[in-house]
Amino acid sequence: MGMNTQGRPTRLAQDVDPGAYDDTLSGSRGLEQAEPLLFERGSLDVTGVDLPEPKGTQSRLGNVERKGVIGLPGLSEPEAMRHYVRLSRKNYAIDLGLYPLGSCTMKHNPRLNEKMARLPGFADVHPLQPEQTVQGAYKLIEELARWLMVLTGTPAVAMSPKAGAHGELCGMLAIRAALDARGEKNRRRVLVPESAHGTNPATAVQCGFYCDAIPADATGRVDMEAFKAKLGDDVAGIMLTNPNTCGLFERDIREIADLIHEAGGYFYCDGANFNAIVGRVRPGDLGIDAMHINLHKTFSTPHGGGGPGSGPTVFSEALAPFAPLPFVVKTKDGASLKMAENECDVDGTGATPFGRMTAFHGQMGMFTRALTYMMSHGSDGLKQASEDAVLNANYILASLKDVMTPAFEGTCMHEALFDDRFLKDTGVTTLDFAKAMIDEGYHPMTMYFPLVVHGAMLIEPTETESKSGLDRFCDVLRGLTEAAKAGEADRFRAAPVHAPMRRLDETLAARQPVLRWTPPVADAAE
Amino acid sequence: MRYLPLTPEDRQAMLSKIGVTSIDALFTDVPEAARLDGPVDLPAHQTELQVERALSKMAAENTPASSVPFFVGAGAYKHHVPATVDHLIQRSEFLTAYTPYQPEISQGTLQTLFEFQTQVALLTGMDVANASMYDGSTACGEAVLMAARVTKRKKAVLAGSLHPHYAATTRTTAKYMDIDIVSSAPDLSGLAGIAELIDDETACVVIQTPDVFGRLHDLTDIAEKAHQHGALVISVFTEPVSLGLVKSPGEMGADIAVGEGQGIGVGLNFGGPYVGLFACKNDRNFIRNLPGRLAGETVDADGRRGYVLTLSTREQHIRRDKATSNICTNSGLCALAFTIHMTLLGEKGLTRLARINHETACDLADRLSSIDGVELVTDSFFNEFALRLPKPAAGVLDALVEKGVLGGIAASRLYPGELEDILIVAATETNSDDDLAAFETALREVL
Amino acid sequence: MSVKFTKDHEWVKVEGDEATVGITAYAAEQLGDVVFVELPEVGASFGQGDEMAVVESVKAASEVYAPVSGEVTAVNGDLEGEPQKVNESPDGAGWFVKLKLSDKSQLDALMDEAAYKAHIS
Repeated sequence: MGMNTQGRPTRLAQDVDPGAYDDTLSGSRGLEQAEPLLFERGSLDVTGVDLPEPKGTQSRLGNVERKGVIGLPGLSEPEAMRHYVRLSRKNYAIDLGLYPLGSCTMKHNPRLNEKMARLPGFADVHPLQPEQTVQGAYKLIEELARWLMVLTGTPAVAMSPKAGAHGELCGMLAIRAALDARGEKNRRRVLVPESAHGTNPATAVQCGFYCDAIPADATGRVDMEAFKAKLGDDVAGIMLTNPNTCGLFERDIREIADLIHEAGGYFYCDGANFNAIVGRVRPGDLGIDAMHINLHKTFSTPHGGGGPGSGPTVFSEALAPFAPLPFVVKTKDGASLKMAENECDVDGTGATPFGRMTAFHGQMGMFTRALTYMMSHGSDGLKQASEDAVLNANYILASLKDVMTPAFEGTCMHEALFDDRFLKDTGVTTLDFAKAMIDEGYHPMTMYFPLVVHGAMLIEPTETESKSGLDRFCDVLRGLTEAAKAGEADRFRAAPVHAPMRRLDETLAARQPVLRWTPPVADAAE
Repeated sequence: MRYLPLTPEDRQAMLSKIGVTSIDALFTDVPEAARLDGPVDLPAHQTELQVERALSKMAAENTPASSVPFFVGAGAYKHHVPATVDHLIQRSEFLTAYTPYQPEISQGTLQTLFEFQTQVALLTGMDVANASMYDGSTACGEAVLMAARVTKRKKAVLAGSLHPHYAATTRTTAKYMDIDIVSSAPDLSGLAGIAELIDDETACVVIQTPDVFGRLHDLTDIAEKAHQHGALVISVFTEPVSLGLVKSPGEMGADIAVGEGQGIGVGLNFGGPYVGLFACKNDRNFIRNLPGRLAGETVDADGRRGYVLTLSTREQHIRRDKATSNICTNSGLCALAFTIHMTLLGEKGLTRLARINHETACDLADRLSSIDGVELVTDSFFNEFALRLPKPAAGVLDALVEKGVLGGIAASRLYPGELEDILIVAATETNSDDDLAAFETALREVL
Repeated sequence: MSVKFTKDHEWVKVEGDEATVGITAYAAEQLGDVVFVELPEVGASFGQGDEMAVVESVKAASEVYAPVSGEVTAVNGDLEGEPQKVNESPDGAGWFVKLKLSDKSQLDALMDEAAYKAHIS
């Protein structure tokens, strides 16, 4: 018999119980590898970047040269690669599966967008380099602005806001500036539906306004009688999300616009849900005065684990003059483009900008990605995308309405809203239900928002999910509702058990905040 | 369309399931007058190749920083970013994740934010940092609002050498919060006129170092004066690499340190996205008044260490009109890029990188100030300095462009109608000796 | 000694002209695990219904209103380090402030225990 003929068992022996060996020596669980903090891995004298030896020139730092140690550990390149790749694997992502966060619009992020944003002509240009060397960058901003104005049916857009909330601030500051220009000092009340995003009231306050909540009616929309009763000569305007945070189109939106205008106020539209109507409805035709557009939602720039966003804000004729600096204008000879950066650059044009919102011109890296996406889709594809987003959400609503409880009757726009009535007396909460979805390989839907619905579950599939994918998702949710109703509450309350971590103690984190790593006491004493 | 998985058959089957005959039935809530009957007036869909060509054409009309001797700074700096950084931030799990609201499946983002917060705190010499802001300028505005909340005062003093775009952003941010903003005149040689503006009504004094002209400042004395009056010191920086070589804001007595993090890990990107750094002292009142997200440590149900977003009651999604800020996002992916680059550098790499930047700038300052009529006006600086030229700087810059050199920023672009002969020049590790020589030669020729 | 309640779920216990104020067990349960309590300064004065303190759990924040007018004579400093006392003993060790009453007659309009129980059921 030759040396290499010994067989090895390839199946689990029948007398072994694999379930009995959960703990490991390393804390890792197979491909799920435990990874300590960088500060516990690295050291001060290790670097993963090769740099030439300094020449030893006499320094000219005056009396502020650093003498002490900073305390920043480094890792070699292979160690750094492993550290962050391992950490990345503890994240859910749209590239891994359906990410049905209502109001957040987690759609596919095309990689062509990434490639275009990295062209040196966009990625490697400085915001203040001489204007004759960045004409292509100005053209790109102008082209994206044109697409946004055409799609929204508005005559102006401020490109510099850095995120959706920053766009809200831009819009409300323009409203405040317009009121100031009219000499209206008593208009400080802003009407905000109870279902609004928290950014709306927070933004209004930052503009010196105060908020007055409008209740929702039984259909989940603005209660028109309550709205009318709140109009008056102290009203600065209304902040309204449309489609609203219940996933419904505000049927009376034109009347709302007319009434707020008649009352002397302005209409701020929160454009977070513009993705439901692109190509089918132009918000300008609905009577809005300002609306931000989340490029990271509607136009697929990646969310990046919480930013960066980008929030260009469109304006009506009435607010356009107040748009913030800087913005692209044509040079006097019309032959090229320049950036109006200071008040003196717009003298005599009729523009009275309310100020500047950020150091430079906005999120160029996001502009490139968004324009790439928009040109890829074209006018036809953008319309189809909105329709498919609405179709997918309604398909989920139709598929689950017999086992879950839709918050409102009828069809929805791009997101389906359920409440927790179907969990009544099961001992399972909305939170438990969501955590059980994690074990099934899905990211949970948005929970407990909007506030107007008890135990809200807001599901937004987006247009980039296939029908078969939605069918599998609905089957899983149906199965979970059946399990909840069958009395398996403990399974929900324990969930997740298959995620990289089990439920985390957020109370402990808030009661005794630990917001950074600190060296172990023994080290610190040295 | 390549991004849309539904087939016409799928759509039909789904409409049937929903119980409607056409997609139009799902849009009946739209007022009739606002329904578009045809496509909007924009081009139809295009292939990848077509889009790539169109965008590349626009990109080709710009001059990338790496393609020429490049010395533009004033708030954004050309540094080399290791290939590893751009690879890692394009990992699907980082790039295409949302805000880590579900910590069980977001530990990657949360742990890196915790590392980011720690690195920023260490770098600034402060106790705690948040999970980032949009950029340095908005961080500066938020810091002033925070100082007003903490001190319950309504006056902010800005140094005239604070980047004018930061000052303008701060004015916008504070405009309707009843905060009175006063500013000293720009001073190229120090911090003249600031101490006199600080009084018992002052919430904070905001000083940038290195300032917009590149000058370094020791904040110690002004911090002492501010603290005597019960005012906070906000230290601002636009070049994070400088902190590898100069005293930290914390060491100089700052209460809040804010700045632009772009210089570490994030490309120029024509102005954004960048990453705002925001750090402060460990004071309960400070932390409860911080704007933006915070990652914090805790344990899971099995007692294993993990991270969550914490102290959220400060934020708009819970506190609504009483929130500390309306900010919703942070600059997540840029913060990640910052953290990875910083991890690769480590203390050893950062201090060396900073040293090389400084030496390159010293070398360039010597070369340029050796030209007749050119005067170096910043005697202490990091990697950026101001020159007084015998001619208006704007015209000189244009002439330099013709010579293929991007030679900095005219101070008059930032201070319209003022400082017309001042040129602000930055040098980094990306500038070779040949670049410096080319700049010197070109400047001699155009003057 | 009598205990009175407001519709906003504060309780007030009166001894002489001093009133101790806290939030009810029902309110503490609705909030969930309390993680932070912001208390006023001793010496501050409040009118009835003024915002006097803030109580926070992980996902909620609520204002606590002065059930009666008065000047703050003491605050429960223990809550700074041990906010959980609000959950553990809302009507005892989890008290918020003591007020020197400025108008005892305001107590008359508040609910007694039976009325409050009816209010929350």
